[in-house]
Amino acid sequence: MISDLFSMTVLVGILASGIRLATPYLYAAIGETFGQRSGVLNLGVEGQMLLGAFTAFYVAIQTGNLWLGVLSAMIVGAVMGLAMAFVTVNLQAVQGISGIGFYLFGLGLSDLLFQRVLGTVETVKGFPKINLPVLSDLPIVGEIFFQQNILVYIAFALVPLAWFVLKKTTLGLKIRAVGENPEAADSLGVSVARIRYLTIILGGTLSGIAGASLSIALLNVFQQNMTSGLGFIAVALVYFGAWRPFGVLGGALLFSLVNSLQLWVQVLGIPIPSDIAVMMPYILTILVLVISVSRVRAPSALTKPFKREE
Amino acid sequence: MKKLRWILIALLVVGLLLSACQAQPAGPEEEEPAPAEEGPFQVAVVMPSSINDLAFSQSMYDALVMIQEEMGGEEAMTFDYSDGMFVVDDAAAAIRDYAAEGYDLVIAHGSQYGSSLQEIAPDFPETSFAWGTTVDTFGIDNIFAYEAASDEGGYVNGVMAASLTESDVLGVVGPIETGDAKLYVDGFVAGAEATNPDVQVNVNYIGSFSDVALASEAANTHVAAGADVMAGTAQMVVGAIGVAEENDVLWFGTQASQTSLAPDIVVANQIYRWDVVLNEIIDLIGEGTLGGQSFTINLANGGEVIEYNPDFDLPEDVKDLADETIQGIIDGTISTGVSE
Repeated sequence: MISDLFSMTVLVGILASGIRLATPYLYAAIGETFGQRSGVLNLGVEGQMLLGAFTAFYVAIQTGNLWLGVLSAMIVGAVMGLAMAFVTVNLQAVQGISGIGFYLFGLGLSDLLFQRVLGTVETVKGFPKINLPVLSDLPIVGEIFFQQNILVYIAFALVPLAWFVLKKTTLGLKIRAVGENPEAADSLGVSVARIRYLTIILGGTLSGIAGASLSIALLNVFQQNMTSGLGFIAVALVYFGAWRPFGVLGGALLFSLVNSLQLWVQVLGIPIPSDIAVMMPYILTILVLVISVSRVRAPSALTKPFKREE
Repeated sequence: MKKLRWILIALLVVGLLLSACQAQPAGPEEEEPAPAEEGPFQVAVVMPSSINDLAFSQSMYDALVMIQEEMGGEEAMTFDYSDGMFVVDDAAAAIRDYAAEGYDLVIAHGSQYGSSLQEIAPDFPETSFAWGTTVDTFGIDNIFAYEAASDEGGYVNGVMAASLTESDVLGVVGPIETGDAKLYVDGFVAGAEATNPDVQVNVNYIGSFSDVALASEAANTHVAAGADVMAGTAQMVVGAIGVAEENDVLWFGTQASQTSLAPDIVVANQIYRWDVVLNEIIDLIGEGTLGGQSFTINLANGGEVIEYNPDFDLPEDVKDLADETIQGIIDGTISTGVSE
């Protein structure tokens, strides 16, 4: 039965599932990468995703316009990011704790709105699959990569874009400087506060899209607590990816592929208890984390509030 | 740094004082409210997911609404609920609060609340508690237990699924391999295999009651493996139903009606009618028995009902077979062969 795993149907299935599962992680983790590179740990990602998911769903169902749904999710995420930035930059609160606070706020508010405004689980017609011309006709590869919905394509396009911004632009340099040595950056005239506001708001915006990618592209429903810990995995993936967009991509794909692999393991009747199977992605992620993290260094100013010395 | 430490210590002390103050009114001496002789019968319920989850929590909410109507509205019976209580500690606090407020019956609707209830119930000997799904009353005489023989409806759904499939592959999406979810899935598999020996039932437990994304991907896996009929249980299956609809795969629901989500592909749902159990419990409380018994809803006592989707064109012979199966299980001529 193990040999069934290597049939074409199964391999294509695993890869296509993995690509879809990785999508929300990519948005959230890339956003979180920007924040952490500038020295701010945002544990509120999950709450931002939930509010984004609800907003996108609600707006899409009311207006029938999916893009308006995405835009609203971005705005809600950005506002959450703005609040987080105020708390961490101006009030200099402990980042981990305030992030948890924002998570609980998002969890509670999205549930409240769901109960009051929607009242029941409904479905919406989400972003359709787009078969990219020519590419989607390619054997195997086409089915895996090029028959997905638009938000999946954008998520993957975001990775090189984020890499370019962080690595090749002045803005990226400023972000990294603020995260490594805010005092030095400040003395050179870079506004630490402004950069951190920018990255946290960007992170919130992307988390909002992450939520939208679930509620109006991949799943097309909204349910209470539907992200189910995804936002926290996304934060872990930033560490996993060593604060680099392509590292985050690798982590997101590894986690998602092992998750879809374990789904197939159960379907093919390979005799592994389901409890063990569902642990596989987590165990593997922890293992890789243990092996890899000792070799890379976190941004020096991560979680440290910046206070200008007079 | 030093200043910060003092602030922290001060906060801790204040926190300690506050929590001490709060705990006092809930002390064992003062928490024996007189049962409300006058006024409506008061029920409180604590549930793990939302009342509109189209599954486990909704089945209890719907039952309470139904009972309230039957008993004659708010003058005869009122109920309050705390839903979304997936954190057991929060749920325990809510259970204790409801008991202290003098509700006649406090329902802890989730097997994860058991050990909390075991601690709380003895402090409120005048209050009746109920919890499920389980058969265990802990031998405490103010706790009722209730459970669902979900394998029975699972079996009937499995019989129909095996009759309807053309690919001879069925897919099942489950949460965690335990409790009434496992019973339902095992019943479904048994029913399918008894009807059509060639049928292959693929089962996938995703390890979560809330991960809608993974449930959806589990359904995609079943579709890729050739399934043309699927079933699933617990609240995260809403993700799987979307995939079923997208791929024109038939769906069987359980716990509450899931027809509204995908009216074209839902064939039938096993509905939990907890009101059957609750009516008995409320009668017993009226007679002065506050607990110590356990109840099971099943097809025979009407606590489980197979509801066919009226908009789905179910072939006559399949419906007849399903009805025969239901009757067989009620009569005892058919056994699901599933035991816990």
